[in-house]
Amino acid sequence: MLYGLSVVFLALVSGEFLRQLFQLPIPAVVIGMLLLTAWCIVRRGVEPRVAYASEGLLRYLGILFVPAGVGLIELGDKLKSQGIAMLLTILISTMVTLLVTGVVLQFLLLRRKEKLNQRAAK
Amino acid sequence: MNEFLKLAQYPATWIAVTGVVYLLADKLYRLSRYFPLLNPVLVSVLLLIAILKITGVSYATYFAGAKPIHLLLGPATVALAIPLYLNLAKMKQYFIPVSIALLVGASVGIVSVFILGQWFGLSPMTILSFAPKSCTTPIAMALSQEHGGLPALTANAVIVAGIAGAAMAVPLFRLFRIQHEVAQGFALGLASHGVGTARAFQISDTAGAFAGLAMGFNGVVTALILPVLLATWYG
Repeated sequence: MLYGLSVVFLALVSGEFLRQLFQLPIPAVVIGMLLLTAWCIVRRGVEPRVAYASEGLLRYLGILFVPAGVGLIELGDKLKSQGIAMLLTILISTMVTLLVTGVVLQFLLLRRKEKLNQRAAK
Repeated sequence: MNEFLKLAQYPATWIAVTGVVYLLADKLYRLSRYFPLLNPVLVSVLLLIAILKITGVSYATYFAGAKPIHLLLGPATVALAIPLYLNLAKMKQYFIPVSIALLVGASVGIVSVFILGQWFGLSPMTILSFAPKSCTTPIAMALSQEHGGLPALTANAVIVAGIAGAAMAVPLFRLFRIQHEVAQGFALGLASHGVGTARAFQISDTAGAFAGLAMGFNGVVTALILPVLLATWYG
């Protein structure tokens, strides 16, 4: 467990180091995640001890959002005056994202299938 | 009452309360057979807000106590690298269509918030907090913090986006004739992260696998294009 956790923390710190070094506008956690992914690619597999630590961290991922989420309590006034507008923004945006992604991918997949069929027919 | 106030300052109190509340919320979610509105994070947040209101404890006091839980979010986000890596193999089969859909979907997810938010008269800070709402929560919160949003607002917006997408997806797919299960799953994971992925697994295993793929890569792509889109839109 300690080995796996140390690798994960090392990736996080390296992410922060690269962020500072190149002044990247990307959170350290995302860079750390990409570094760890790259490490798996280079090793052509997941080190079992790292997989074990990662499973432990991800099993209860939900609870980790709670302390920050409770911060909503301090936004009471804002929610009262803008709550409906906020909700509509999220709902409509989610609907549009869902539709556009689904339509674009289905179009591309069907077009590719047609091309493959045509090639097979020749 | 004095005795209680001393307990409120004791750090372990709020870790214990958060843990117990989350376990109860999770139990409720399972008992309801995963009814989306009973999302355990949402229920825990609302219950804890009620507890703080009733006891009159400030958010600052609560957060100081529950901070160790919050601090685990960083390493947990890095740990998402493992499922991301395991999903890479699936990406190979459909590399070009999936990459295009990913870029288009991630951009639409962000830009639609800019447009709608301005239209509904939301403050720039709220718009910033909502922009990464389709990403998985830890990445969305980190992005919100990085670009000047409010992580608390983001955490809850992400849950709403998850629940909304999971609830609307199947009727929308029927209405717009999106029948390809790869497209269905991918759209769900991209727009509605983990909640959408759980919904996609109810459609089929293939849909679920591509939802997981979309969730992971949308986090990365959003992190990379958000600064560019912000600079173009507000620059």
